[in-house]
Amino acid sequence: MTIKLNGDPHEILEPLSVTALLATLAIDARRVAVEHNLAVVKKAEYDTSIVKDGDEVEIVNFVGGG
Amino acid sequence: MSELVIAGRTFRSRLIVGTGKYPSHAIMKAAHEASGADMVTVAVRRVDISRKTESLLDYIDTAKIFLLPNTAACYTAEDAIRTARLGREAGMSNWVKLEVIGDEQTLFPDNEGLLEATRVLVKEGFIVLPYTNDDPVMCRKLAEAGAAAVMPLGAPIGSGLGIQNPNNIRIIREQAKVPVIVDAGVGTASDAAVAMELGADGVLMNTAIAGATDPVMMARAMRLAVEAGRLAYLAGRIPRKAYATASSPLQGVVGS
Repeated sequence: MTIKLNGDPHEILEPLSVTALLATLAIDARRVAVEHNLAVVKKAEYDTSIVKDGDEVEIVNFVGGG
Repeated sequence: MSELVIAGRTFRSRLIVGTGKYPSHAIMKAAHEASGADMVTVAVRRVDISRKTESLLDYIDTAKIFLLPNTAACYTAEDAIRTARLGREAGMSNWVKLEVIGDEQTLFPDNEGLLEATRVLVKEGFIVLPYTNDDPVMCRKLAEAGAAAVMPLGAPIGSGLGIQNPNNIRIIREQAKVPVIVDAGVGTASDAAVAMELGADGVLMNTAIAGATDPVMMARAMRLAVEAGRLAYLAGRIPRKAYATASSPLQGVVGS
């Protein structure tokens, strides 16, 4: 199944939690924010928010800026 | 010298600096230390999924330095609101430097979108610091909409032109009931001093430090300039006059 991850298609084998998605991407959950189908996911909800086929996910972090 | 207080939070420094465009993260860290700033701006961007990049946060001591996420490069209120919400989740604070840009070439703010986004985010509990035009009426409207401070530009972002409309900055300071931070346009130390002499409560800059030949030395210069400007403002400058007034006594001049 395919999700849209940061604007690009991304294959996942099965529906998975935000926690699991971050783990497969080797991303430190403490330093990012996640948006799932346009709604911000609170960190407390990472285990229970399930990403499925066709979903849109944005993962952002802080970069240098003014 | 009194401290800067915004929305009940106290900052020791009246200089706020950015984290973009430094030659390296290490130089940025050294420049932050030299600047004395205890608030820095950061941008919110997609994580690079394809490769592991160094985290900016490894170079910011967040125990000492408060992070102010921005909504840079957002051209609609909707995008700015979305970015602000993500920034809150990433940074665990409800502060945002709100930018709604209206023009690519000048990066001037879109006032309508800015006001709309301010209203929405204030309602959601954000501490909103909007980057705005040097327009006293707009600044008043933003403050009335609940902005915790107003941040008029001195000149276009990254231009280094200095304070283009000093009289407006002075009027904004006289009228505003919230802190006034001059944001953008500073090129060198004297520009920062001018902003503070006009009564600004603080100055926010990125490129002037990051783009200097020696960013760490410029950061120190900016720190001193902001302090000097603040002291001069508080000390009360002499009136400008067209003609000379002698500093030495006119009596007892030899040969008179």
